[in-house]
Amino acid sequence: MGTDRRAFFKGIAAAVTLTAVPTAALARQKKIAPSDAVGMLYDTTKCIGCKACVAACKVANKMPPDTSGYGRGLYDSPDSLNQYTKNVIQLYKEGDEQSFVKKQCMHCVDPACVGACMLGALQKGKFGVVSYDVSKCVGCRYCETVCPFNVPKFEWAKAAPKIVKCEFCKDRLAEGKEPACTEVCPRKAVIFGTYADLLDEAHRRLTNDTAKKYVPKVYGEHELGGTQVLYLSGIEFEKLGFRFKQEESVPHLQQTVSHGIYKGFVGPIALYGLLGAVLFRNRGNSEKES
Amino acid sequence: MHTQAQPIGGPLFTRGYMVLLALAGIGVALMIWRFAVGLGVSTGLNDGYPLGIWIALDVVTGTALACGGYAVALVVYIFNKGNYHPLIRPAILTSALGYTIAGASVAVDLGRPWNMWKIPTYVWNWNLNSSLLEVALCIMAYVFVLWIELSPAFMEKWSVDGPPLLQKWSKRILPIVNKALIWIIALGMLLPTMHQSSLGSLMMLAGPKLHPLWLTGWLPLLFLMACLAMGYAIVVFESVFSSVAFGRNPEIPMLINLQKIAAWGGLVFIAVRVADLAYSGNLRYAARLDLYGTMFWIETVLWILPLVMMLAFPRPTLGSLFRGAIVVALAGALYRFDTYLVAFQPGPGWHYFPSVPEMFITIGFVAIELAIYVAVVKRFPIIAGMAPAR
Repeated sequence: MGTDRRAFFKGIAAAVTLTAVPTAALARQKKIAPSDAVGMLYDTTKCIGCKACVAACKVANKMPPDTSGYGRGLYDSPDSLNQYTKNVIQLYKEGDEQSFVKKQCMHCVDPACVGACMLGALQKGKFGVVSYDVSKCVGCRYCETVCPFNVPKFEWAKAAPKIVKCEFCKDRLAEGKEPACTEVCPRKAVIFGTYADLLDEAHRRLTNDTAKKYVPKVYGEHELGGTQVLYLSGIEFEKLGFRFKQEESVPHLQQTVSHGIYKGFVGPIALYGLLGAVLFRNRGNSEKES
Repeated sequence: MHTQAQPIGGPLFTRGYMVLLALAGIGVALMIWRFAVGLGVSTGLNDGYPLGIWIALDVVTGTALACGGYAVALVVYIFNKGNYHPLIRPAILTSALGYTIAGASVAVDLGRPWNMWKIPTYVWNWNLNSSLLEVALCIMAYVFVLWIELSPAFMEKWSVDGPPLLQKWSKRILPIVNKALIWIIALGMLLPTMHQSSLGSLMMLAGPKLHPLWLTGWLPLLFLMACLAMGYAIVVFESVFSSVAFGRNPEIPMLINLQKIAAWGGLVFIAVRVADLAYSGNLRYAARLDLYGTMFWIETVLWILPLVMMLAFPRPTLGSLFRGAIVVALAGALYRFDTYLVAFQPGPGWHYFPSVPEMFITIGFVAIELAIYVAVVKRFPIIAGMAPAR
């Protein structure tokens, strides 16, 4: 019995090691934006809330109007991103303080949704754009669960639902055009450019004589591992709905742990071999005694 | 081979059974309706809470309660306790049913279930970073493994009194299955180890949206320990229940030992969890008695209570075993449910409460599971032990 007990504890030890590697030094490299990365820079101090970008987005993406809000069916008036809306302007107002804020997919450098998606329906592709391919989607909504910005939306009203999210007007990019929202903005509150140029531009605005207009920070430069959509704001970012300040990307923890456990699939194969060997040696005993 | 297990026999369509069938019927009708109208109308789900009770209860908690087969197999085949063998078949049956029903729940929950076949076949599109992919593949494989593990129970009966063709094939296949069984059983231990821990990894990817009392790199280990404790508890629960319901002699000494594993396991679980929270500094959130702190303490008490009950009553009775097992199952169920729903914080303005049809679909699934269980144990050799002499 002694040796069997030892085998049992060996098995348990193997199982524990399999799940316990998280602390091991299998460090996962921090992801950086691809070399061809493009982006948007949105500046709340320039936005006048005209929603030209919202209308242009609907036209470019052939999205239906959302008439459930203001105007009782007369106007397209989405109050947040939803199954009809890939880009939205929201208003923050508290006392004298007010600010508009534009919301769309942030096109994370290390996106949680891409890490979540089973068959790669969501993928980070050309220009670093996070795009969606419905043919590989089973509608599990795990992308919605994990997105720290609550961007992906689900067509709840449909029997054959899709995920709805900003894809950076990837078809327009392919034609050499910029996204509909940046093209149409009359105040250049949101501008299109290469990721590197936009970071430079953001920091230029934070350092020259306009600097006092801003909270001294480019949101998205470091937050959640970095995002290709960057924000400048006159009021704190939390008030605009950006809840998280952590600099580690969301997938970093899970992928460090999972890669530790499943590195080369050696762990599971070894455990299977061990289980099989112990079973093989113990074979017959269970019937004998029963 | 397994000569002790015998069909329970007796009439199937009792009054209680008709109630089960009625609930199952309501559930199935609502499932059809759900596919007609979509998830928005039929459920309480929304973009903030895209996963609801069909995942948090039916899959995440349901498969853990279906870990009896896994847990007992470890004792019988690895710990080499052959005398626990009579507990195996009923445990495998509940596992097979529980996992099959969980799979069916997923099919009802998915927005595009007609694409499900692509998960195992689109090998070149597999995202190997996705814990959900691993869970999906493992659970699909495990459902097959469980039914193969259980198949001798059916074939033993059919090879004696099945229709001629079934009899012929059962006689031919039974020896092959029995010969290969070791490697199938080994797979039946590997797969739950993988996907039950990965169910924990899954919520690690919610990252900052998961409350810090639940978010940790040790989620996989905690989920694995929880499902094992729940597995032992559910075997105790089920054995006591069938001994009363079907008038069998319960295997009391074995059940006491399994309950011991579950109760001490609860203490180990809490030790690991609290040590990790203390190390990360997140234990301070437990001091706030908000919703999260309160749920944390309820979970902690539920995990420790079975051990206290056991030490306080050193001579367990059927009743005390039953109550202890229920508390372990509740502790694990609450921990898993909280990790997926209560501790999940999508942000201000989002609320979720399951709709009535949503709840009745879950109830329908449980009714289907119970109805099949009762039918199978009455007709096939699953449960061991003779009816006590009267």
